[in-house]
Amino acid sequence: MSQDYAEAGQLDSRLPPIFERYRYEARYLVQILREVQEALGHLPAAALSAVARALCLPRARVEGVAGFYSFFHLTPVGRYRVLFSDNITDRMLGSGELIDRLCNKLWVERGKVSEDRLVSVDTTSCTGMCDQGPALLVNGRPLTRMSVERIDRISELIRKQAPLSDWPREYFLIEDNIRRYDELLGRQWPNGEALKAAVARGREAMLAEMKLSNLRGRGGAGFTTHIKWESARRAPCAGETPARYVVCNADEGEPGTFKDRVLLSSYADLLFDGISIAGFTIGATLGLVYLRGEYAYLLPALNENLARRRRDGLLGTRVLGEDDFNFDIEIHLGAGAYVCGEETALLESLEGKRGVPRIRPPFPATEGYLGQPTVVNNVETLCKAALIAVNGGAWFAGLGTKQSTGTKLLSISGDVETPGIYEYPFGVSVAQVLNDCGAGNAQAVQVSGPSGTCLAMHEFSRRIAFEDVPTAGAFMVFGEHRDMFEVARNFAHFFAHESCGFCTPCRVGTSLVANCMDKIASGQGSQHDINEIFKIHRLLHAASHCGLGQSACNPLFDTLNKFRPAYERRLRSLAFKPAFDLDQALASARQMTGRDDPAAHFGLAAGLPGVEA
Amino acid sequence: MSTQHILLDGLPVSFTDGQTIMQAAMAADIFIPHLCHHPEFKPQGSCKLCTVKANGRYVSACTMPARDGMEVENNSPDLNDKRRTMLQMLFVEGNHFCPSCEKSGRCMLQALAYELEMLTPHFPQFYPDRAVDASHPEVLLDFNRCILCELCVRASRDVDGKNVFALSGRGIGKHLIVNSESGRLADTDFSLADKAAHVCPVGVILRKRRGFAVPIGSRRYDVQPIGMQVERLARRTTTEEV
Repeated sequence: MSQDYAEAGQLDSRLPPIFERYRYEARYLVQILREVQEALGHLPAAALSAVARALCLPRARVEGVAGFYSFFHLTPVGRYRVLFSDNITDRMLGSGELIDRLCNKLWVERGKVSEDRLVSVDTTSCTGMCDQGPALLVNGRPLTRMSVERIDRISELIRKQAPLSDWPREYFLIEDNIRRYDELLGRQWPNGEALKAAVARGREAMLAEMKLSNLRGRGGAGFTTHIKWESARRAPCAGETPARYVVCNADEGEPGTFKDRVLLSSYADLLFDGISIAGFTIGATLGLVYLRGEYAYLLPALNENLARRRRDGLLGTRVLGEDDFNFDIEIHLGAGAYVCGEETALLESLEGKRGVPRIRPPFPATEGYLGQPTVVNNVETLCKAALIAVNGGAWFAGLGTKQSTGTKLLSISGDVETPGIYEYPFGVSVAQVLNDCGAGNAQAVQVSGPSGTCLAMHEFSRRIAFEDVPTAGAFMVFGEHRDMFEVARNFAHFFAHESCGFCTPCRVGTSLVANCMDKIASGQGSQHDINEIFKIHRLLHAASHCGLGQSACNPLFDTLNKFRPAYERRLRSLAFKPAFDLDQALASARQMTGRDDPAAHFGLAAGLPGVEA
Repeated sequence: MSTQHILLDGLPVSFTDGQTIMQAAMAADIFIPHLCHHPEFKPQGSCKLCTVKANGRYVSACTMPARDGMEVENNSPDLNDKRRTMLQMLFVEGNHFCPSCEKSGRCMLQALAYELEMLTPHFPQFYPDRAVDASHPEVLLDFNRCILCELCVRASRDVDGKNVFALSGRGIGKHLIVNSESGRLADTDFSLADKAAHVCPVGVILRKRRGFAVPIGSRRYDVQPIGMQVERLARRTTTEEV
């Protein structure tokens, strides 16, 4: 199809309207590539050249960006692109069998495009639907609660080439599943209420309330929010187009996390108020929301909300009648790259580049988006800032613990009776949470996703707080029947897939570790391999460029320390065993020659005298 | 005004404002292993071979600004062990076969492997499938040896103003590409006169029809270990030949 466009010279007619919409600006490269791909099905070489010409960029740079993100395709893809979410929680709900079933029904090999170019079936990193999995994306649209029946029906719909609009509506149903309400989730926040409160307070007073609240970032790192705001407010703007920016990090990619999805779906007014409040306080003119590609289905509603806010005078020039408050919000879509959750990689992506983390310092507060002072805050953090504008910093500081003020949203999934969103004041014990969500037989909890901490049963008295068990929100529960080795192996592959490849230790190390776990899984492992994992863990922790690499081996380190038998019972011996199996390597030669006699085998399989089992 | 110093393995080393640990060390004739660093180009800190411990924290010496009184650990068993491991990673990631490589004896990867006493690649080989590009009349590209240091990318972009090279893919699939729709070097405006043609620390960018002008055994790193050539490394330019 796309081949035809290129040959018919249709690139010239279909692409310019896209370039126009983005004013031929290179910083929108990721957005432009998304739309070009939507128009053409994939990104053919000629289209990349056309984009490069239009944006006055080197072609290699455009290709480099297109090659970085998982959701960009440089080769033709099927008309139906089915991507199963591959988080461990999806697997625990049986996604593996469903993938095989769909592939069998459609006569397609996993990861390949069918010969008639109709369909491809593959996996993707966690899509943030862990409480209603197994989940998948079809042409970017999320489907939830997959079952054998649904998969069979989907295979028929694909074979009949039914458009997605004709598929059963309930397949696309996404629920909030809010199970515990506290200060944030407990009420509906009218559009603009918090922003009005902040403007009434004034900039200095708002900042003072932020300081009083001691709000810390909800994205994982836990940096004190008012310090970011204060530095960005004070930092001088530079260059030809001086400005300050607020960036909302809605690239919720940590497997097992889905709280921001719920905030974006049902609390968007509060979020946009929070972004505007940050903008008001630091003197920014533009807020940018970096929405992960997996949540693209939220875009129409969010844009509608922004349009409404512009009509209501909550965005645009002279917001709320204030002479010196001009502020608007733009939404950018990601394209499948976990590393873009790292704030400087996110900024690179917003600027239309490969999502590679920057060297810090300088920090975004002084040199962020387009080199200007920028506040980068998580979705939940900005919602909390809006709450502080309404209720004051002292009120907020009265919630939670002294060092971890306020409440925290947890995304709970795995072996629990009621998965979903739970809002707790900080300081709640893990045992309390497990009790509330109905986790009867938990042997382990992975807090804050693969890059976080794996807690075993004896640690369930610990508390969710920055000073004890910090978290970005993920809370995956594993019942005692689960194999913690397979959990760690899933995470190892996740990091290998998501490494940006910038620095040597993470680029090569994450793949070496994933291969090592596969070797152990296939029964070829030995104590040597476990030592290797520890060694690579130490290296990545010390020498990686960013947090992704530094934490990439955490889940292996934790499970090796706490669930060692899960590894050791797989080991073939405690001495070294090579991954390479000479007899297995001859399999293709045997197949080609049609032989299977003992002389066509090596080692034990040859059954030769003198070789013992 | 007193001069500013860092303590590099216990030795006071002076520096001027704006200098990185790497620049201060090289000016003092002290070797910190590195691959992606080159005095002529903006540091990027991706190979991580120059990882040192500054005031107890692991940092890249090539990007970390020196600060007065900073204590830097460089030549220690812990750091050299980590560097050796990263060299082994680079060796198994690509296809490096020194005996048949034109760059043998002038290759920084090989020289560092000797310097850090790397005896085997240790890890299982990835054996990536990377085709060579012999399309250009003057230059051969053998991607098998690419260590993704981006020196050619930086040279072509920042000095030649051509953007002939860039990186695509990610993770273990990251790879060097050239600036043409066909993906062939011949279809770019690359020339042997470019800085980017002379900056490769390993054997990717090779001049055609001039192999083995200096016999193996008498080449730069054959005659003297890389660790003893700090002065040359500090003032090296891309115009130096062989």
